[in-house]
Amino acid sequence: MRIVLFMLCALLSLAAAAQRMSGTAFMGPSTQAMQRDDSLNPAMLWVKEGETAWRRSDEGNGKSCASCHGDAESAMRGVAARYPAFDAQAGRPVNLGQRINQCRVRQQSAAALPAESDALLGLESYVALQSRGMPAAAPDDARLQPFLERGQARWQQRMGQLNLSCAQCHDQRWGQRLGSSIIPQAHATGYPIYRLEWQAMGSLQRRLRNCLSGVRAALYPAGSLELVELELYLAQRDRGMEMEAPAVRP
Amino acid sequence: MARTLIKLPATARRGEVIEIRTLISHPMETGYRPGADGQVLPRNIIRRFTCRYNGEIVFSAELFPAIAANPNLIFFTVATESGKLTFTWEGDNNFSQTESAEITVTG
Amino acid sequence: MLAKTGPNLKRRRLLAGSAALGAMILVRPAAAAPDELAAAVQAWTGGIKPTPGRVKFDIASLVDNGNAVPITVSVDSAMTAADHVAAIAIFNERNPQRDVARFTLGPRAGRAKVSTRIRLATSQKLTAVAKMSDGSYWSDTVDVVVTLAACIEGES
Repeated sequence: MRIVLFMLCALLSLAAAAQRMSGTAFMGPSTQAMQRDDSLNPAMLWVKEGETAWRRSDEGNGKSCASCHGDAESAMRGVAARYPAFDAQAGRPVNLGQRINQCRVRQQSAAALPAESDALLGLESYVALQSRGMPAAAPDDARLQPFLERGQARWQQRMGQLNLSCAQCHDQRWGQRLGSSIIPQAHATGYPIYRLEWQAMGSLQRRLRNCLSGVRAALYPAGSLELVELELYLAQRDRGMEMEAPAVRP
Repeated sequence: MARTLIKLPATARRGEVIEIRTLISHPMETGYRPGADGQVLPRNIIRRFTCRYNGEIVFSAELFPAIAANPNLIFFTVATESGKLTFTWEGDNNFSQTESAEITVTG
Repeated sequence: MLAKTGPNLKRRRLLAGSAALGAMILVRPAAAAPDELAAAVQAWTGGIKPTPGRVKFDIASLVDNGNAVPITVSVDSAMTAADHVAAIAIFNERNPQRDVARFTLGPRAGRAKVSTRIRLATSQKLTAVAKMSDGSYWSDTVDVVVTLAACIEGES
């Protein structure tokens, strides 16, 4: 069964590969310009915060990120591109923000940073920036398989009062309109993003919860495994596409 | 302390017109927006931006709630002499922040 | 689109409030808006009606999200001590208040060109007015269509 599923995925992704377009392609030129230029991109304010936080040693046991990892530009190169990744200790996949918090708790004896906090988004966007321009490279890890399958099932499952699945809009109707907005393909290569609608930075989980809210479904809690499994499926779906984090989206 | 990003050339020729780009993290809360409880959130914006070149004001802006959150400002000034450019943002709730940058002017 | 019945009143109010987050919706008679825009401009110019020209208001005609719309205003001027742009003011038609920004320039500016990002509550006209050193006023007016995000926010 797993082999059939894998072959189906491969076939579908091959068919779609020629047509895979980042969310950037669905934005207006001025929003694209905002993303392209680091002096215009508001997300760079969060990157700057992350850059400062990387070297902070005034919390926990006094170790900074740099104490173990050194320079982020070299140490974190390509890291964001292969998340979510399997965490052996937890026995489940974790996303980049959760991994950062794990480091804080386990290695720095510091408190975990709240989800969607400026501090966590700062570190996340700074780390994600180090993968910019590289191909998304979700790992081929057999341990991730059951989580990936659940994530894919969730992608295709109808949900909420509006009874819509992610696939119905983003696989089958991308390019068409929902309200006055063009439906993008929902690739996650830009996260964390500065979203104009939020007027702030946010993670992929925040966006997923917005989508769930949009179809009037009950929201999986922030940090829940259900959301990480969806992130995992999206990362697989994005494999090979160019990392754009930190991106701007409407 | 709000985060700021400032971009301008480190050196310029005397008389050259240089571009200055600024970004600052600030919610620019309009005073018209309801919060989660339905009550309107009080206004909290940057009201004034001033650029001084060796102490003399060369550009200033009066900002209103219609300016976007995390506002950017791009403007120009003539590179007259070497020295210090300072950038001051002031606003509601006694908000005040100043950043500076050095410029070397040759010729 | 919003359900009028349902068990969760707080959620419904939250959704309604959230729809206003991006839109800043206010109800006003349609005819009043252009008059108010003209009045705001003339309050700034001291009663003088600006001449269209010399000012260029750059903005996308269709914007992705009204929360952050990039604009650039540039004025054709040599920017000398004798002849320069003293100030630029931007006004809108349908936001809760008419003022957007006022910039003070002068000969040290070198180039009369300013860029920023603004909020637009809805599709409307915008006017940029330049005050020259000789006391004359010039302007440019643009018409912008604003679309909003389709999925209503709710809890995030």
